[in-house]
Amino acid sequence: MTQRTRNWLLLAPAGTWFLVMLIIPLTVVLIFSFGERAPAGGVVPAFTLEQYANLPARWAAFKNTMTLAPIGTLSALVIAYPLAYFLAVKVDPKWRTILLVLVIVPFWTSILIRSYAWIFLLGGRGIPALLGWFGIEGVRLINTPFAVLVGIIYGYLPLMVFPIYVSLDKLDKKLLEASSDLGAKPWRTFLQITLPLSIPGIATGCMLVFILLMGEYLIPAMLGGGKVFFVGNALVDLFLQSRNWAYGSAVAVTLVVVMLVTVTIYMRLINRLGANRDDVSIM
Amino acid sequence: MRLYAICVYLFLYIPIGVIALFSFNAGRHASQLQGFSTKWYGKVLSNPFVMDALETSLTVAFTSALLASLFGTMAAVALQGIKGPLRTAFDLLIYVAVMIPGIVIGIATLIGLVTVFNQLNPLIAAIWPEGFEAPKLHMGMGSLIAAHTMFLMALVVIIVRARLAGMDRALTEASSDLYATPMGTFVQVTLPMIFPAILAGFLLSFTFSFDDFIIAFFVAGSETTLPIYVFSSIRRGVTPEINAIGTMVLAVSLIMLVTAQLLLQRGGKKTK
Repeated sequence: MTQRTRNWLLLAPAGTWFLVMLIIPLTVVLIFSFGERAPAGGVVPAFTLEQYANLPARWAAFKNTMTLAPIGTLSALVIAYPLAYFLAVKVDPKWRTILLVLVIVPFWTSILIRSYAWIFLLGGRGIPALLGWFGIEGVRLINTPFAVLVGIIYGYLPLMVFPIYVSLDKLDKKLLEASSDLGAKPWRTFLQITLPLSIPGIATGCMLVFILLMGEYLIPAMLGGGKVFFVGNALVDLFLQSRNWAYGSAVAVTLVVVMLVTVTIYMRLINRLGANRDDVSIM
Repeated sequence: MRLYAICVYLFLYIPIGVIALFSFNAGRHASQLQGFSTKWYGKVLSNPFVMDALETSLTVAFTSALLASLFGTMAAVALQGIKGPLRTAFDLLIYVAVMIPGIVIGIATLIGLVTVFNQLNPLIAAIWPEGFEAPKLHMGMGSLIAAHTMFLMALVVIIVRARLAGMDRALTEASSDLYATPMGTFVQVTLPMIFPAILAGFLLSFTFSFDDFIIAFFVAGSETTLPIYVFSSIRRGVTPEINAIGTMVLAVSLIMLVTAQLLLQRGGKKTK
């Protein structure tokens, strides 16, 4: 058996699987998005842009996603950066591994259960009841954009900390010493050395979180109470409740296109900043 | 700085802790602590719906993690040795599988498979021998395993490939210089070195599949997995039972993760 044959055989199962379970389904979505809704709930093959013309009907879902996803990403960044800095630069190395694992572990546990925890905490008998003891009455937290934002930060913080940590960890600490030896104040060292050198980590973290947020369904479904809904929630509604496959496909295609365009523009910007993006894996 | 770090850790762990605490609450009300009790665990374990969902989740997670580890490792090993369009195509497939939001994967699998099944079912019925009932393809555990395996294969390829890239080439070269067959080199040199990565890939895949809600929501047909059960129970209201299920689910993931982490680190030290 030649090496070529062997490689083909090794790749055959994975290749077939990707073809049947990824390429064909995605192609069907693309084809259906140009189709017409059948009376029985299926799709009549056609070539029409009618579904795309109807997109403004779901404008609110796109608007919510494109507002809360960037806000959530930035909030996670602001909270994650000091922690990543602490872990990479300040902490005693013997505690570092365990502290890092403690940050990453929540990301790999059920997001469903972790969002549920916030229903519990933000609900009437949680934090609002606690505030009531201090005389602050009538605070409503659950089913508001704020609750969704808390859920987002809680869910995706670990994903933001890790890449920033990696880029800060790689940073040569001698540069920091050199800077202070040359008389730079700590904040100046931070702004001129640490921050620019950690841009690759910031870029990776923001991109990972943003991509996942664009397709989010669970957090707004559980903490937004039907008032704060994302494109994901619109998709569930279209496919599982109203069974409008043609229109749903158009929404799904649009979501992926918006995501790809945003990510491409974003990467251009980051590259222009002069930073080389390092790929960092989460684990 | 340290105070800040403590606050972030509290933020990360208090919600989980609260769930665990209330799962041992004796009271009926979800939000008043009334003494210690494990009765909710008993209730959960004797609830046939929960047990059915758990069994489905475990079967799906185990099967798809196993298939993904096997095929993913095979692909990673082959990709190590090739360049050109085939390699580019696979890199692109893996990139797409990871980048496309889970919800879109779920939708695509649902309508893709239903469309294919609708074409195939009359065909199967036509060629099936008279007198027997022809099997009908439908959405269910099979489609869920297939969908999870697809995504997890991409994950395993990424993990195993990272380990293969970190491996010292001289070792495999030495092995073939000493007249080992390619198969011999693989079994005696490569496999032992990438095995921790494969096992870690398996454990991560298992955890992912076990916790996945969104793909299963679309693809599971009439089957109920544990996350789907929990989601629909939450819609009906917060109960101590959900706290108990949640605590158990978190504990399972935690054990898997710590093991995976240890394997990746130990394996990492060995190859350096």
